[in-house]
Amino acid sequence: MKFKMLTRALAVVAVALPVATTAAEAYELTIPGTVYRTGPYAPNGIPWANGVADYYAMLNERDGGIDGVKINYIECETAYNTKQGVECYENTKSAGSGALAYQPMGTGITYQMIPKASEDKIPVFSMGYGRTSAANGKVFPYIFNFPATYWDQASVFVKYIGEKEGGMDKLKGKKIALVYHNSAYGKEPIRVLEEAAKKHGFELMLLAVDHPGQEQKATWLQVRRERPDWVMMWGWGVMNQVAIKEAASIRFPMDHFIGVWWSGSENDVMPAGDDANGYLSGAFHAAGDNFRAHDDIKKYVYDSGKGTGDRDRIGEVLYNRGVVAAMWTAEAIRTGMRIHNTKEPTGEQVRDGFEALDVDAKRLAVLGLEGFTYPVKVTCENHQGPGKVGLQQWDAKAKKWSFVTGFYEPDDDIIQPLIAEDSANYAKENSITPRSCN
Amino acid sequence: MMFFLETVISGLMAGVMYSLVALGFVLIFKASGVFNFAQGVFALFAGLALYDFISMDGWFYELFGFALPVWLGIIATMGVMVIVAWLVELLVLRHLVNQEPIILFMSTIGLAYFLEGLGDILFGSDVKPLDVGLPSGASDYLLDNYNFYVEKLEVVAALIAAALVIVLAIFFQKTRIGRALRAVADDHQAALSVGISLRMIWVVVWSVSGFVALVAGIMWGSKSGVQFSLSLIALKALPVLILGGFTSVPGAIIGGLIIGVGEKVAEIYAGPFIGGAIENWFAYMLALAFLLVRPQGLFGEKIIERV
Repeated sequence: MKFKMLTRALAVVAVALPVATTAAEAYELTIPGTVYRTGPYAPNGIPWANGVADYYAMLNERDGGIDGVKINYIECETAYNTKQGVECYENTKSAGSGALAYQPMGTGITYQMIPKASEDKIPVFSMGYGRTSAANGKVFPYIFNFPATYWDQASVFVKYIGEKEGGMDKLKGKKIALVYHNSAYGKEPIRVLEEAAKKHGFELMLLAVDHPGQEQKATWLQVRRERPDWVMMWGWGVMNQVAIKEAASIRFPMDHFIGVWWSGSENDVMPAGDDANGYLSGAFHAAGDNFRAHDDIKKYVYDSGKGTGDRDRIGEVLYNRGVVAAMWTAEAIRTGMRIHNTKEPTGEQVRDGFEALDVDAKRLAVLGLEGFTYPVKVTCENHQGPGKVGLQQWDAKAKKWSFVTGFYEPDDDIIQPLIAEDSANYAKENSITPRSCN
Repeated sequence: MMFFLETVISGLMAGVMYSLVALGFVLIFKASGVFNFAQGVFALFAGLALYDFISMDGWFYELFGFALPVWLGIIATMGVMVIVAWLVELLVLRHLVNQEPIILFMSTIGLAYFLEGLGDILFGSDVKPLDVGLPSGASDYLLDNYNFYVEKLEVVAALIAAALVIVLAIFFQKTRIGRALRAVADDHQAALSVGISLRMIWVVVWSVSGFVALVAGIMWGSKSGVQFSLSLIALKALPVLILGGFTSVPGAIIGGLIIGVGEKVAEIYAGPFIGGAIENWFAYMLALAFLLVRPQGLFGEKIIERV
């Protein structure tokens, strides 16, 4: 397998150079991907990037692209570094016929892209990450963070805990800890959790972990001393694996430990072995490769030797995250093309596609992703979509993630006022007049 | 009181883990005056190679159809590290003899990037759960009977570090090569004049440092899986070195213990008042404070320069 990968990589390098200079005569839908296949966060970045690349490759091979127009997917390496992410954006925004949409693949990079892409009129799809208040389409016309935000997720976790405790009123007096990556990303849920703590009367304990999170003894000693009833985690990369191991080590019950959807992949739980059994995480799509879209990826991409990763890793959580991101992006481009009746859309027209996106259950079935995720509808005002979140649980014996809940609605009583406040502050700071969506 | 004791012991144990990385820096600096920035990547590379030899998921298994037992895997990895040391001498150091220390330092930065990239190409970037049979989790006996929390892996790390220091001490004091290393460390020119081969010494010292990196890679890899963030543990070793001194093996150990305990106590008792996540910051502040008072570190050789 490794031999094959190496020879394939060399073949790609050998073939890519002449192709890059001779092709690109015809119009292609240019979608840059700011990925990270190197650096400390590569184990998570790689399957995610593979899912995106394979889905676009499958569309090209099977359908000739989107509505017959080929996709020109360009990867740019960021190593999960914000500076490199910005450099990638600047280097790729004019590539081909001009970038049509970005997936920044990192909250730090998203924050930097928000003003730039808004100015350049290129939609940014920070799927389930980035700046939460970008949900307000009136202030952030080019930024989309559907199907749900970190704030949705934090409020759903509180709902789930309430349900498990026997009702939201039972949360009073409980102690909930948040172990978070000490970065813009990790700090995102704090505001919502503080509001939820006020509303439901639980005590919130905040425990920051510095990048990369290889050493967390002090954090988990505090958890051991304070004995919170539940622990939530907003982690990434090695921080997740170490946290799960440390939690098991102090005998914290895994079924009371909930990770954000970036702390819920196979990579995060496998190093802890059996100790990770029962660990929970948020999710908005299924794990596994038992969907028709995956069959098509294998048939049209891997069978012809064009796959970007290992065939047997298709269907892992982060791979599927890439697939769902690419699917929604492709559907938005398709919608934009149809609205404007063009085969050569601009970023602005793709933005319109995002704002009219309606991938319902019927459409998911057509795409070969029936039951893979929930229906999503985006509008001019609402860029966060339905905001629904489910919980999946790790079965260490079967080495499998499975949903243990349905999809919960977020607590909009808390979230919507915060979105309004935060987006209004952003508009004021940046002298933006919110647009009308009527 | 019990919790404070737990914090201190956990700090000491974490400190030992830092010391394991710091030791590799000390060995090379002591013998050649080179600050090897690639030491963290050495630990990563050794961990990756070991995983490849003992798992059914690597080159070795693909080539030969079987995986090596752990002990043989460790020996084979040591062989890889010796080859790396020889190549470093052949391709890098040999060409930089008599250059300024900063040049040698810069070359190790390049080496770090090269080895990281090579590791990525050869072994892939996935997290590799390393299992060499070391215990993991808390000590059940202490937890059940005394409600006292100590991590088994870290106790083993402490024992291994102690054994490593003894082995290194014997190697440096009692063997011919060890004496030659010390001679080179004291005075390159004098050592050369009595027929000690500087090149051979460099290969040996980089190999020994590769061995220490292997031990660090095993311990850290067992803790969090072998993955590329392992290369960043070098940053944890820096304050340890500043504190203990760049040229002292006992200094690396004592420095590690002080940093380990200091950062844990600070994080738990002072952290909540200033926003938390002060571990890394505190370690460097402590090192900075030491620099002001003892620039050579606790056990480092005093720098005397004639002006």
